[in-house]
Amino acid sequence: MAKKPAAKKPAAKAQSPVDAQDEDFVLHSLQEEFDKNRTFDADADQMMRFYEQMLLIRRFEERAGQLYGLGLIGGFCHLYIGQEAVAIGLQSALDNDRDSVITGYRDHGHMLAYGIDPKVIMAELTGRQAGISKGKGGSMHMFSTEHKFYGGHGIVGAQVPLGAGLAFAHKYNEDGGICLAYFGDGAANQGQVYEAFNMAALWNLPICFVVEDNQYAMGTATKRSSAETRFYRRGTSFRIPGMEVDGMNVLEVRQAAEVAFKHIREGNGPVLMECNTYRYRGHSMSDPAKYRTREEVQDQKDHHDPIERIKKTLIEQGKSEDELKQIDKGIRSQIAEAADFAENSPEPEAAELYTDVLVEEY
Amino acid sequence: MATELKMPALSPTMEEGTLAKWLKSEGDKIEIGDIIAEIETDKATMEFEAVDEGTLAKIMVDEGTEGVAVGTVIAMMADEGEDVGDIEALAAKSDDSSEDKEDVEGEGKDVGREPSEAEVTETAEKPTRSPASDPAIPEGTNMVSTSVREALRDAMAEEMRRDERVFVMGEEVAQYQGAYKVTQGLLDEFGDKRVVDTPITEYGFAGLGTGAAMGGLRPIVEFMTFNFAMQAIDHIINSAAKTNYMSGGQMRCPIVFRGPNGAASRVGAQHSQNYGPWYASVPGLIVIAPYDAADAKGLMKAAIRSEDPVVFLENELVYGRSFDVPELDDYVLPIGKARIVREGSDVTIVSYSIAVGLALEAAEKLAEDGIDAEVIDLRTLRPLDKETVLESLKKTNRMVVAEEGWPTCSISSEIVTICMEEGFDYLDAPVLRVTDEDVPLPYAANLEAMALIDSDRIVKAVKKVCYVE
Ligand SMILES: Cc1ncc(C[n+]2csc(CCOP(=O)(O)OP(=O)(O)O)c2C)c(N)n1
Ligand SMILES: [Mg+2]
Repeated sequence: MAKKPAAKKPAAKAQSPVDAQDEDFVLHSLQEEFDKNRTFDADADQMMRFYEQMLLIRRFEERAGQLYGLGLIGGFCHLYIGQEAVAIGLQSALDNDRDSVITGYRDHGHMLAYGIDPKVIMAELTGRQAGISKGKGGSMHMFSTEHKFYGGHGIVGAQVPLGAGLAFAHKYNEDGGICLAYFGDGAANQGQVYEAFNMAALWNLPICFVVEDNQYAMGTATKRSSAETRFYRRGTSFRIPGMEVDGMNVLEVRQAAEVAFKHIREGNGPVLMECNTYRYRGHSMSDPAKYRTREEVQDQKDHHDPIERIKKTLIEQGKSEDELKQIDKGIRSQIAEAADFAENSPEPEAAELYTDVLVEEY
Repeated sequence: MATELKMPALSPTMEEGTLAKWLKSEGDKIEIGDIIAEIETDKATMEFEAVDEGTLAKIMVDEGTEGVAVGTVIAMMADEGEDVGDIEALAAKSDDSSEDKEDVEGEGKDVGREPSEAEVTETAEKPTRSPASDPAIPEGTNMVSTSVREALRDAMAEEMRRDERVFVMGEEVAQYQGAYKVTQGLLDEFGDKRVVDTPITEYGFAGLGTGAAMGGLRPIVEFMTFNFAMQAIDHIINSAAKTNYMSGGQMRCPIVFRGPNGAASRVGAQHSQNYGPWYASVPGLIVIAPYDAADAKGLMKAAIRSEDPVVFLENELVYGRSFDVPELDDYVLPIGKARIVREGSDVTIVSYSIAVGLALEAAEKLAEDGIDAEVIDLRTLRPLDKETVLESLKKTNRMVVAEEGWPTCSISSEIVTICMEEGFDYLDAPVLRVTDEDVPLPYAANLEAMALIDSDRIVKAVKKVCYVE
């Protein structure tokens, strides 16, 4: 989607004496590298994977919305519909044996991207013992340390310094891992984000900061909240190179991930990536959506949908409509099963009230 | 199979709504994502989106109907290839059931939830504690006079030698050797990988430390003083303390937040607050506030080894005081256990941190008047060792709490509550508390002295509960 023109102009060559001493300043270098080729060269299997994974998130979220409507899910529930390409594009490029991921409360998609069983995620949404947090976290607070997925955080922006800490641990342990820390356009205005930027750059931490700019923080459009809406520029004063990416295009997100992760893995410190995307649904379930027009949302669905886009490419590449429909059917039944499981599995035992407050006994 | 479309709950509190408008008619084909209807709640008009495809077979609640309870069947959908006529028959049956549907107060949001076998119950046993006792110090152990400052440093150094994952971070902890010299010598021994000077960025480095703990390290985060940790309290509480619970026990956060706490000397209100009660009120945290050097050492070592997040409250005015510390290879004390620092039979003075010194001073003065006071150092504020407090109360039947901090919602308040709830029958007099005055700490020397707790005030309170003039 074209929110604004990407910074395609090559950076001016160092002219002033100050710049001359600053030749290693890499602010634009990644964007330039990325601009040479913005589309990931996926093979047929990878293409199908992208399609399946994004569709899994979409169908999961649609069903979650439905279960919410039926009263089976309570509290706040933030759906990821429309943003699927961001999590899939980025996380498909990770080395899951080493790398860690952290995000905010809009976290179902990031977990599904790992291939975590939709059942345990859905059962967490319905607050059941079988949920991934034993029903004690809910939609906003889900974790899978097994996959190095560190949540699932309900305080806007908190995941950013936490992610810097995960990156600190990667560096300390010399395990070769990097951290991928997502946050929203609204979160980008939190002071702690810049505290984290500073330390991450100062200590050369292996972290990719990703702004999922879905254009709104609840009902506030970015231009009403942010003096600089080109979020990828916001690392400039910390010497963090920025990249601007079409977050509705999974192949572009994946290609950006290739460029950014390589830079980070080579020991060059943090990268700030802005993924421009759009959420189709309300902020959470109780959002009346009066801050944007139905036409605006429809336009995004009609012209920028990440799943439709890849579907089109797949068909151009010779897949049949029917084949894709079969995949959708399979996913639907998998999700229906997850929903049944989430609805029918028992709530936590009463004794769980008191467990997990502390790890040890004192 | 036909699908029932039910009145959705569109917010966490919605129980009923108005079916404002149907945007589709009977017989219309429905695609996923189509807006089928508009529903008004008390807060807003919301769109009802299709999540399944099919044909809208029958509308069962007319547009304009008010007070439609969440969960009421509002329409029936036919799947692909299904006969719409059959559905109408089916709908006719479920029609009356939907009329019966009442909006039961407080039920709306949970209409779809079947009560499970683990329904809300009062039978869940609250866990009870049995804190461990201090390890016995072998006969003939050499006792070394050590300042609290050195004891804390020694504890950190020993644990850093023992466990590669332990590191220290904070403002001025490395090259400057600590604003209060508690980290003296650590940089030399462990290098700048493990002794990390941070920018002045409390929120950020508390978050970073917490993340590092989640990622498997054992950070010791020093706050120059706890006054500045207010900028970081979100991470201490929301990120460090709650995550283990919210993750069903998956995500541990073994971190120590430490630094001086409470009033120092003539530094004014913003630099002089005791945060003990704040942190002690938070489930998921361990809060330690020792007084003497041996306890500081043994509990710091325990804190660093703990799998749980620990807030370790020190006191600037106590750093320089020296006490005997047993010369042992590995002196680790149990968390959550109070210590009787002076035995007595007439009255109990419960205290922690710097006020323990004042309580001991008061006990000496009282002894001159023939009152034999027992002094308890809580040492750990969470979990609180109420067993030791109650045992002592059983013996003395009188209690005073001495606390360098504000009175309202304090540790004293908590001790008084425990005595009311579980020790009432042992009391021969009301429990009194001696605290700082309920004002921001003033700068002027005379006013500061008036505001802070001192031993004379403890003596006075003790005499009052002993009914002695
Ligand atoms: C510190 C804090 N302030 C406010 C909130 C309430 N809140 C939750 S989400 C949100 C909007 C955040 O928007 P953005 O960062 O753009 O993320 P998005 O929801 O668009 O994914 C707000 C204000 C919060 N959870 N935490
Ligand atoms: Mg947003």
